[in-house]
Amino acid sequence: MIKFFLMVNKQGQTRLSRYYEQVDLGKRPALEADVVRSCLSRHKDECSFVEHKDYKLVFRQYAGLFIVVGITDTENELSIYELVHNFVEILDKYFSRVVSAEAQIMFNLDRVHLILDEMILNGHVAETNKTRILAPLMVLDKLAEG
Amino acid sequence: MKEIMVRAIYCEMLGYEASFSYIHAIKLAQQGSAIEKRVGYLAVSLFLNESHDLLLLLVNTVLKDLQSTNLIEVCMALTVVSQLFPKDMIPAILPLVEEKLTNPKEIIRRKAVLALHKFYLIAPNQVQHIHSKFRKALCDKDPGVMTASLHIYLQLIKNPDSYKDLTGSFVAILRQVVGGKLPVDFNYHNVPAPWLQIQLLRILSLLGKDDQSTSELMYEVLDESLRRAEMNHNITYAILYECVKAIYTIYPKSELLEKAAKCIGNFVVSPKINLKYLGLKALTYVVQQDASLALQHQMTIIECLDHSDSIIKRETLEVLFRITNVKNVAVIVEKMLDFLKNVFMEPDILFLLYVGCFPLLSDTYSPNNEWFIQTMNVVFSLGGELMHPDIPNNFLRLLAQGFGSEEEEQQQLRVFAVDSYLTLLESDTAHLPQRFLQVISWALGEFSYLKDGLEPCKVTKLLAKLLDERNVTSESRSWILSAMAKLSAGPGAAALALQVSERYSSSLDTVLRQQALELLHLSQDPELHARFFHLWHVQVDSSLSFLDSFVSEALSQGAAPYKAPHQRQEELRQEKALSLEPYSISLPVSLSSCSITDRQSPTLLSMSSSLSGNSNELKAGSSTLKLEGVKRVWGKEGYLHQQDAVEEAAQVEEAATPALPLSPQQGGAESQQTHGDLTVVEQEKQKLASSLFVGLGSQNSTFLMGKSDSTSQQFRRKTRAADSTSSGVSERSSSSSHSSCSDFLHNNLLEDSQNSLNTQKIGVSNGTHEGPVTQSFQTTSKETSPFLDAGMVLVQPCSPQTELRDFVQPGSSGITQTSLRSQFPPELSQLPHSDISLLSSDHSLSLSACRAYRDDALLFVIILSNCSQSSTNGLSVQLDCKHIFETFSTLIQVEPHTQVTVAGSVSYRAVPGHTQTLQFTDKLFLTDFIRPLTLSTEEYGKLWLSFSQDVRQNLKLIQGEGDPLRATLSALKEQLQLHIVDIIGSEGIVACRLLPDSPCLLHCRIHGGSLAVWLRSPLLSLPDCLLYYCQKTLEEC
Repeated sequence: MIKFFLMVNKQGQTRLSRYYEQVDLGKRPALEADVVRSCLSRHKDECSFVEHKDYKLVFRQYAGLFIVVGITDTENELSIYELVHNFVEILDKYFSRVVSAEAQIMFNLDRVHLILDEMILNGHVAETNKTRILAPLMVLDKLAEG
Repeated sequence: MKEIMVRAIYCEMLGYEASFSYIHAIKLAQQGSAIEKRVGYLAVSLFLNESHDLLLLLVNTVLKDLQSTNLIEVCMALTVVSQLFPKDMIPAILPLVEEKLTNPKEIIRRKAVLALHKFYLIAPNQVQHIHSKFRKALCDKDPGVMTASLHIYLQLIKNPDSYKDLTGSFVAILRQVVGGKLPVDFNYHNVPAPWLQIQLLRILSLLGKDDQSTSELMYEVLDESLRRAEMNHNITYAILYECVKAIYTIYPKSELLEKAAKCIGNFVVSPKINLKYLGLKALTYVVQQDASLALQHQMTIIECLDHSDSIIKRETLEVLFRITNVKNVAVIVEKMLDFLKNVFMEPDILFLLYVGCFPLLSDTYSPNNEWFIQTMNVVFSLGGELMHPDIPNNFLRLLAQGFGSEEEEQQQLRVFAVDSYLTLLESDTAHLPQRFLQVISWALGEFSYLKDGLEPCKVTKLLAKLLDERNVTSESRSWILSAMAKLSAGPGAAALALQVSERYSSSLDTVLRQQALELLHLSQDPELHARFFHLWHVQVDSSLSFLDSFVSEALSQGAAPYKAPHQRQEELRQEKALSLEPYSISLPVSLSSCSITDRQSPTLLSMSSSLSGNSNELKAGSSTLKLEGVKRVWGKEGYLHQQDAVEEAAQVEEAATPALPLSPQQGGAESQQTHGDLTVVEQEKQKLASSLFVGLGSQNSTFLMGKSDSTSQQFRRKTRAADSTSSGVSERSSSSSHSSCSDFLHNNLLEDSQNSLNTQKIGVSNGTHEGPVTQSFQTTSKETSPFLDAGMVLVQPCSPQTELRDFVQPGSSGITQTSLRSQFPPELSQLPHSDISLLSSDHSLSLSACRAYRDDALLFVIILSNCSQSSTNGLSVQLDCKHIFETFSTLIQVEPHTQVTVAGSVSYRAVPGHTQTLQFTDKLFLTDFIRPLTLSTEEYGKLWLSFSQDVRQNLKLIQGEGDPLRATLSALKEQLQLHIVDIIGSEGIVACRLLPDSPCLLHCRIHGGSLAVWLRSPLLSLPDCLLYYCQKTLEEC
């Protein structure tokens, strides 16, 4: 099961966070800081999985942006690693190649969330088909324009 | 508004609370259009949690959107429902969500299935009746909907028995997916629906676990997935990993195992670090099955041990941990300690776990005492304060009781411990962690007398020195003081003790001061000292019975009876639940506007009556708690558990000794190393490898691996029934069974059931008689003690004179069902009973069981029959009643379990001196404990008003000739043993009780095409469980 999904920049500032398990608002910054610290300290040639407390972290770096996913022990790390990539590819497709632009995510926080919600639900992978994930959002966009 | 909401989301993300905006988020979801609405829902799902009060305000919006004709709105509503929804409100929207399952749009169907998944997660009982719809979703023509339904199945199959028939479908789906039959847009980097494949593999491994016939169905498709996943991409490796895991979980097939192991080999040697990690992880459970597989990868493992990445290193150690045996334990533990030393620079809590592993390793495999103590010393000094407190406690118990080894060896261990601690104390003690100091002082206090020529004075001096250390905490100080108290008998020590106690008797710490004073008195009065420490093993009256009179006096003066903390909490919770009541009552009102009119309970009784009813019940429950029940944990022989533990330990030792001879594999491993030119470094590595993997030969290793399991099994007391020369069996069995039974009634302690309930000794007469022996245990609800009212069921053997029977019939080999039935005891055959089913058998004995329903009890009848030609001696039957007890109390009170497992074993001797055991398990269902409750309509009415909790459900009506209500109710009556109180027009009232006397009332009314049922019972989960059976019964009709 996926416990949380974080997008963090190199300075350690949270750009997006989604928790699939209830975490108190007050505890979130501390948890995020912890998580980011343990991920940022990893070398390039070390593996992308870190054990942290009672769960595992899977992280992937895209230029200045880190995506960190907290998962339980039963989850398959590599599949989550690829899920992150799938997510980034979808963002790529939607925002037409501006993943590196952190600003894009900051200013479209709601849309990124909507994409993520289509993809992961209650900590389970709900959908991975790119067109299907984007379909509801596209319709909404069309409505907004029209 | 939308922009503002996004900003509020941003604020919360950065950790600033924006609770003022919550209500606006709900408003936005309610009033906004399209994207605004979506953002409103999104904000709600981010801000609120399941138990948030504001969520109730969302219910109406969701209801409205679900009924909307706009697909997008329906879609949004379903999404938010599957993210969070208040549990109590599920019935309100369930029909709407169900209806969406047949929507022509795939996205709606998919989201509806996901919403049901959510419901299943938070309230499994509410969706029990739509399991058939899940099957329909699984067969949906759209792969997306099918994928969504797999989430539900993955949850459901955690309890795989009822889903074995679906194995074929899952295999077929996987085959199609692997074969690339899905549309192209499901591909990810040219791999067809990888996450779906992983999900399916997980389901298959759950289904195939320990089940040969089911596993056989999947071998082919697993093989295919292994072959197909050749592409060099991360995601294919993820699938491969899951595949290998599945292969190792299901019933093994050697060919596949080999292939899987080879696959893992590719992982481990991969230069990609992530793959290496996954490979090592896979290896951890591969070696659990067959440790010799590690031999193939030994060099890789050694390389990984020296890897710069600590995560990889950790994973490697995990592998090593699994292959530990007597011979390599020293090397492996050394490696682990090295690792710990490096890692503790950055204190990570996770390594606690590692420290925790050591004692385990050390206990089972330790080559000798000296090594053990030394290793433990290192562990203690490294582990420091972070160590889990169980570890030192365990270690001390071990020192006190020994491994169950020879007394002499034990003494040696203690002496050695004392020795090593003395040397430690003589050197610098400043760096030793507090926990270690405590261990040291305790061990010295207890065992230093064992060492010849060691003056207690010397030890006391060392301890006194320790006491003065600045960094010693007061907790450790009190440990040290009590150690000194034990040693203070000697003349030199007494003087020193006096000095110490004088200093500490003015200490600010009260505990220390008290101990110092105790020390003072003890050291001055040798006689007192001797008496005190001889009294050490005094029997403790743990029931505190000497307080009984005090308690009763207080009670008579009007004091409130004692309530256990959990009971008090329960009460609080109930009160809280009551305060929430208005919500559920107001619900029907709001719902009726949404055209769901039949939600009200037929008798919306006044709140006050239900309140008072409830509090009455509470009072009744609390006043019955008495202290007597705790008595007799300490028998004349002492505490029973302890004895068992020692014996068990003895068994461990026995099992460990045969493992000592060198394995033949060791030679092989070494010869492998010799060929080829090797650099010095490599040679060293290989040397390490040979020491690490020693003893992993096939037979030896499996034996060792298996051993830990066997020792962890519950210890079974062996009873040796002397060969009897008479055929009078029941007399002897009565004595043993009776005593244990009466103990049981007195104890009434569920914990005690760790010992097998009772051990019936039956010696079948010494002739060559053969034939079935029937024995019946009575599962009865004894009203002996008032606090059984919670519905606990006592298992009690019947009094031997009347009920325990032996049938010894010559010459009836080849027993059939009919012959078994003829053996059925006459007084039981009059009772309604289930079919006799064969539970277990071997070449000489077969065991069948049957359940007979008495009005006040369930009789579990075990029928043993001897199918060999020879006689069987020393027969004993054990029923693991822990299960019955615990699960029944949980069945009723905690979790709505609908069935429990009874396990037991029969041991007998076919050949003299050779005991064989036959294990068996059987299931008892809730329905076995349901009896009709005969009531008049007036009584029913009174009872109905006295319960407040209401559960409502729609049931299927049986359409047939005559009145459908009558037909349905009589079907339920037949199957579930209910009592139909009255049927008036389109309404019927039905009553039943769960043994011993927990009533459950049903009020049924025909509504539309279905039967609306309201259930009330003092046991909260009983209605849920009963409903489950009602549904099942009606489905089957």
